[in-house]
Amino acid sequence: MNINLSNSNLSVRETRIGSITGYIGSLKDLAEKSQCGTLKGCARCFSQSSTCLSLCGLSQLAGIRDVAIIHHGPSGCSVTSSNSYYMSKVMSKKRGVTSDTVYVGTDMNEKDTIFGSTEALRKIIFEVDRRYKPKAIFVSSSCATGIIGEDIDSIVDEVKDEIAVPVVAVHCEGFKSKIWATGFDISDHAVLQAIVQKPRPNAPKNNKINFKNFFESARPEIIEMFKNFDLDPVFLYCNSTVEELSTLSENLATTCICGTLGNYLGNALEEKYGVPYVRSINQCGITGFEAWLREIGRVTNRSEKIEKYIAEQRAIYLPQIEEVKKQLEGLTAVLGMGPGYTFEVSRVLNELGIKVVWALAWHYDKKYENGDVPPSMKYLLDNDIDFETSVADQQNYEVMNILRKYNPDMYLSRHPGSTVWAIKNGTPAVYVADEYMIFGYKHTLEFAKTVLDTVQNRSFEANLAKRSKLPYTQWWYEQNVDKFFENN
Amino acid sequence: MAKILDKQRYKCALAAMQTVQAIDRACPILHSGPGCAQKLSDTTGSSGYLSPQIFPCTSINEKDVVFGGVKKLSTTIENALKVIDADLFVVLTGCIPEIVGDDAQDVVSKFQEKGKPVVFAPSAGFKGNNYKGHEQVVDAIVTQFLERSDDREKGLVNLWADVPYQDLFWLGNIRELENLLTEIGLKPNTIFGYQRGIENIKRIPKAEFNLLVSPWVGLQNMKTMEKHLGIPYLHYPVLPVGATETGKFLRTVGKFAGIDSEKIESVIKKHEDYFYYLISRYADLFLENRVINKQFTLVADAQYSLAITKFLVNDLGLIPARQFVTDDTPKNYQDAITDEFQNLNYGIKADVSFETDGYKIHEQIRSHDYHGYPLVLGGYYEKEVTESLKGNFLNISWPVLDKVVFDSFYAGYTGGIRLIEDIYTVAVQRFN
Repeated sequence: MNINLSNSNLSVRETRIGSITGYIGSLKDLAEKSQCGTLKGCARCFSQSSTCLSLCGLSQLAGIRDVAIIHHGPSGCSVTSSNSYYMSKVMSKKRGVTSDTVYVGTDMNEKDTIFGSTEALRKIIFEVDRRYKPKAIFVSSSCATGIIGEDIDSIVDEVKDEIAVPVVAVHCEGFKSKIWATGFDISDHAVLQAIVQKPRPNAPKNNKINFKNFFESARPEIIEMFKNFDLDPVFLYCNSTVEELSTLSENLATTCICGTLGNYLGNALEEKYGVPYVRSINQCGITGFEAWLREIGRVTNRSEKIEKYIAEQRAIYLPQIEEVKKQLEGLTAVLGMGPGYTFEVSRVLNELGIKVVWALAWHYDKKYENGDVPPSMKYLLDNDIDFETSVADQQNYEVMNILRKYNPDMYLSRHPGSTVWAIKNGTPAVYVADEYMIFGYKHTLEFAKTVLDTVQNRSFEANLAKRSKLPYTQWWYEQNVDKFFENN
Repeated sequence: MAKILDKQRYKCALAAMQTVQAIDRACPILHSGPGCAQKLSDTTGSSGYLSPQIFPCTSINEKDVVFGGVKKLSTTIENALKVIDADLFVVLTGCIPEIVGDDAQDVVSKFQEKGKPVVFAPSAGFKGNNYKGHEQVVDAIVTQFLERSDDREKGLVNLWADVPYQDLFWLGNIRELENLLTEIGLKPNTIFGYQRGIENIKRIPKAEFNLLVSPWVGLQNMKTMEKHLGIPYLHYPVLPVGATETGKFLRTVGKFAGIDSEKIESVIKKHEDYFYYLISRYADLFLENRVINKQFTLVADAQYSLAITKFLVNDLGLIPARQFVTDDTPKNYQDAITDEFQNLNYGIKADVSFETDGYKIHEQIRSHDYHGYPLVLGGYYEKEVTESLKGNFLNISWPVLDKVVFDSFYAGYTGGIRLIEDIYTVAVQRFN
C-alpha cells in the first residue's frame, strides 16, 4: 500500500484493493480467481438500496470525544448527526467519561448548488470552533458539494492558520464507491493526516496496543485479559481522545476486531511509523482467537505468556463448547455480512458443526493493503472448506431468493434491517451485531448457546411468517439469483 | 443559503420516501446514491411490508454522475415492477440526478404511458426538508394518478395530518382523528397506515371536502387538490389535544360540514364527561407533587409546538415559557402560526421562535427563569440540558431516541390523557 497523507483524497477500495460487489459462484472459485487476477465484479441492472460511505466514515469520527464534524451538504446527509449525538452521550456515559463531540450540517439549499457556499462554510467552521472549542474539526463533503466542485480543501487550508486545533477535509461523496467500508478508510485517512503525530524521539517505551473496534462492548474483559500479557489496549475510535490518537505511532502494535474496519489504519501505521499490524484470522471462534493471540505474542514477544493463557482457558471452555456442539451438529446456515465477518463466521460455524450452505459477503476485497489474500479466505482454502458464495451489497431480494431455495435452519446477519426479512420468511435469524458476540472462548460458547436457543424456539418466526406477505413476486423466486447481473 | 444546522430536527426532501412507505403496498424507487435510504430511515417501526434497506435504488456511482443515470433508472423501474409486488411506485430523485440533469420525468412518463402505476416526485435534498418533500409526494400522487370526479360521496372527507415517521405518533393520531370524524357522522378517508392504501387514494376525488389538520404542512396539497380535483378544503391549523381544543375542532368541522350542532355537542359532552372523570381522579397528582412547576417549553415542529402549548395552557393551566418551532417553517406561514400562539385562555400569549439552530435554543432554555423546575417537551437533544436544570423531559419530537411508540397518540380527548400519562410517568420518577 502506498499511503499519501499529504492529500486529503484517497482512492476508493475498488481501485486500491480490487473490491467488488457483484459475484456468484463458490468460495474456491472466488479465491482462485482473485489470486490469479481474473476476478471481475459484476454490476446489476436492478438493485435495492445499500449504505453510504459517509455514514461509516463520519460515524467513526464522531465516536472520538470532544471533536467537531461539519458535514457540508443538504440536511439529509447530516441526518446521521442525531444518532451520533445519541451515541456519544450513551457511549461516554457507559465508560464514565463525557463527550462533547458535535456533528453539524450546513443545510445546503438550491441557491448554494448554483452559487456555491464556501463562504458560508468558512463562517460555520469558525462558529463551531467558537461554540464548542473542539479538539479537532473534520470538514466533510457530500455528493452535492462534490459534484458542484465546492473546494473544501482550500477552505480548510485557509482557516487552519486561524484555528488552534487540527482542521481536516474529509471527502465523503457517497457516489464515489459502492463499498461503504471505504468510509472506514476515509476516517482513518483523516485521523492519520490531522491527528496522529510522528513518534517522539524521546517517547517513553510503553506496552500499549492499538485496538480498532466499533463500540468496545468487551473493553473491560479485554483489559483484564491483556493484563496477563502485560499489554494495555487502546480502543479506537469510540470514546478515544485526540491526545490518545496523536500517539498511536508510539505504540507496540495495531490489531482490530474486523479486518474491513481496521485494515487501512493498521497498514498505514506500519508503513509510515513501523508499528506492526497484527495480521491473522480474527478473534471469532476458538481457532481464530488462538491464532490471533499467538500472532500478538509473536509480534510483541509475549508468546510464553500467551501460551499459558491459552492452556488455562482451553481447560475451562473447550469441554463446554464440545457439549453444545453435539446439539448443533448438522444444522444448516446462510449468512450475509461484510467480508470482514462473513468468512470468519463461516469458519466458526464450521467449527461448531453447522453447515454453511451459502455465504453472502456485502463486498469482497481481492487483497488486503499489503497485497495478500485476506487471511480469513486463506484459512478456509487451506482447510478445504468450500460453499456457495455470492457478493452482494446487501441486496435483500437476492438473500430472500437464496433463503427460499435452501430453507436453512438459520440466517446470520450483521446489518440493521436485514434479519427481519429472514424471520418473515420463517427462517430463524441470529443478529451478530455486537462485534464481540463470538469473541474468544467465552463468547464463542455464548454464541453457540444463542444459536441453539434460536433454533430451538422458532415460535416468533413461525407466527410472523404465517401472517406476513413478503413483498417479492413469485416470478422473482423462480429466477436465478444472478438474474440482474451484467458485466461492468 | 447554507446555515449551521446544529442539533438538526428534520431530514431532506428525499426522506419523503417515508411518506410513501406509510402508504400500504406503495413502493418508493430512489434515483439516488446507494446510502440515502438507509440514512433517511428511522430504526424503529420501519420493518413493515417494505423497509428502507430494500427500497429499489439506482445506487448512482461515479460513472452515472459523468454520463447520466437515466438508463439505470429505467431498468430499475422496469425490474422493480417485476420483482416487487406493490400497487403504486413513487420515483424519488435525490441530489445527484437533479444537479447533473437526468430527465427522470421523461423516464417515468414512458411507464405511465404503458399504464403502469408509477409517479414521479422530485425530491432533491437541497430543494427543502422532509416536510416539503412530503408535500411533493402527495402532490405527485394527486396530479399524476388522480383525475377530477363528478361523483361526490355524501359525508366523505379526505383527512390529512402531519408527516408520517417524522411524527412519531402519526399512525395513532390519524386513526384517532378518523374516529372523531366518524362519531360526528362523517366518512373520513385517509391514505396512510394499516388497511389504507391504493383504494383510499382512488376515493380522494369523490370527497366533499379535504380537511387538513396541521399548521402548514400539506397546505400546498390542499391548493393542488382544489385546483386539480375541484375539492374545497378546511384548513384547521391546530392538532387538537385534550378537551378544550378537541371541542373547538369538532365544532369547527361540524359547522363547515353542515352537521347539526346538537349532534356535535352530544359527542363533545360524552367525551368531556369521561375526560374529566379521569382528570378529577388524578387532579391531586397535578397539584400535589414537588417536581413540576407551571412553566414549560416545547421544542418541536409547528404541529406539536402549537398543539401541546394549547393543551398545557388551556386544559392544564400551565404557563408557556418561550416555545420553539424547529421545522424550518416557510416565512409566509410564520405569522399565522405566531398568531395562534397568542390565542390562549386568559389572554395568555406564548413567545415563539422559529429556530433551527439547537445551540441558540439551548442557550435560551438555560437563561430562562422557569420559577423552579422546568418541563421541557422536545427532541432527544433536550434531554441533557433539561437534566442539567433538574427539569422534567419528555421526548415527543424528532429525533426520538428515548421512547418506543407503536400506535399511541396525543390527538383528541384520549390523546390528551396519554400525554398527561407520559408527562407524569417522568415526574413520578423524581422527588425533590
